[in-house]
Amino acid sequence: MAQGATLPSSSVSLGVVPLRELAPWAVFAGVILLALLYLVGMDQGATSVFSGEMIHEFVHDGRHLLGFPCH
Amino acid sequence: MVRTLLVRGMLAGLAAAVCAWVFAYLVGEPALDGGIAYEDMLAAASGEAGGEPMVGRDVQSTVGLLVALLIYGVAIGGIFALVFAGVYGRIGRLSARATSAVLALVGYVVVVLVPFLKYPSNPPASSADDTIGLRTGTFVLMLALSIAVAVAAVAVGRRLVARFGAWNGVLLAVLGYLVVIGVIGALLPTVAETPADFPAVVLYDFRLSTLGLHVVLWAGLGLLFGALVDRRSSRRAAELAG
Ligand SMILES: [Zn+2]
Repeated sequence: MAQGATLPSSSVSLGVVPLRELAPWAVFAGVILLALLYLVGMDQGATSVFSGEMIHEFVHDGRHLLGFPCH
Repeated sequence: MVRTLLVRGMLAGLAAAVCAWVFAYLVGEPALDGGIAYEDMLAAASGEAGGEPMVGRDVQSTVGLLVALLIYGVAIGGIFALVFAGVYGRIGRLSARATSAVLALVGYVVVVLVPFLKYPSNPPASSADDTIGLRTGTFVLMLALSIAVAVAAVAVGRRLVARFGAWNGVLLAVLGYLVVIGVIGALLPTVAETPADFPAVVLYDFRLSTLGLHVVLWAGLGLLFGALVDRRSSRRAAELAG
């Protein structure tokens, strides 16, 4: 990561985000966002965090159409 | 800074999900109904009355579909923003808008298209119920490996670009990704359990609509997020906000 840490460019508007600033966001938000993906794509299928079939039934069509394995 | 990007990513994901919902409702649902019709036919033939569904088809195909896509969109949008924050200004000299567009294209290929080519989407009643564990496990593994190989290709690609120039370096990195993930895909178990009499047109239309739905979603995400982080639109938003 040594080279090209900051590349000057006339079109660059945003600053480059320091990795030290990004890391905690990536960890905490990343985990929550992945949990959402798990809920919509997989829970109450091969594995269940929540018991029952309600989530699976409700998001069923989206699960199939998004390409997640279902029935 | 990260918080701003994250919020904009999730907003762009939500908006893209609404577009994807329109597509999914108009194009995907008719194909999905074909699978349901086949399922009903099997149930009628075996004399089993289908049990009372917990969630009616009318809810599943409208509100349920919308909520599923909104959750998917907000999650993908947020992760997209985090990855954007990691790569922007570090890989190439692309503007924020162009980085967003390229990232969406790469994301579509790595997260959707490549795993799909090995484990395509299946309409209702075209898979065996007792293989859900195997199908879920192999699908997640293929997805994770696709992402891992892509990350490795980017890391190696930076050195290749330094040595062979931008065009050849990027080409070599893409080629490397395709070869490695191709070998992995060939080694992973194949799932082939579509019933022999399942309507081919339904299967074909359903799979095409999965790809189309993701094209709408990822294109919408890449373009909207790009517009939101673009310098000029950011400045205008600041002016409007006073
Ligand atoms: Zn299903």
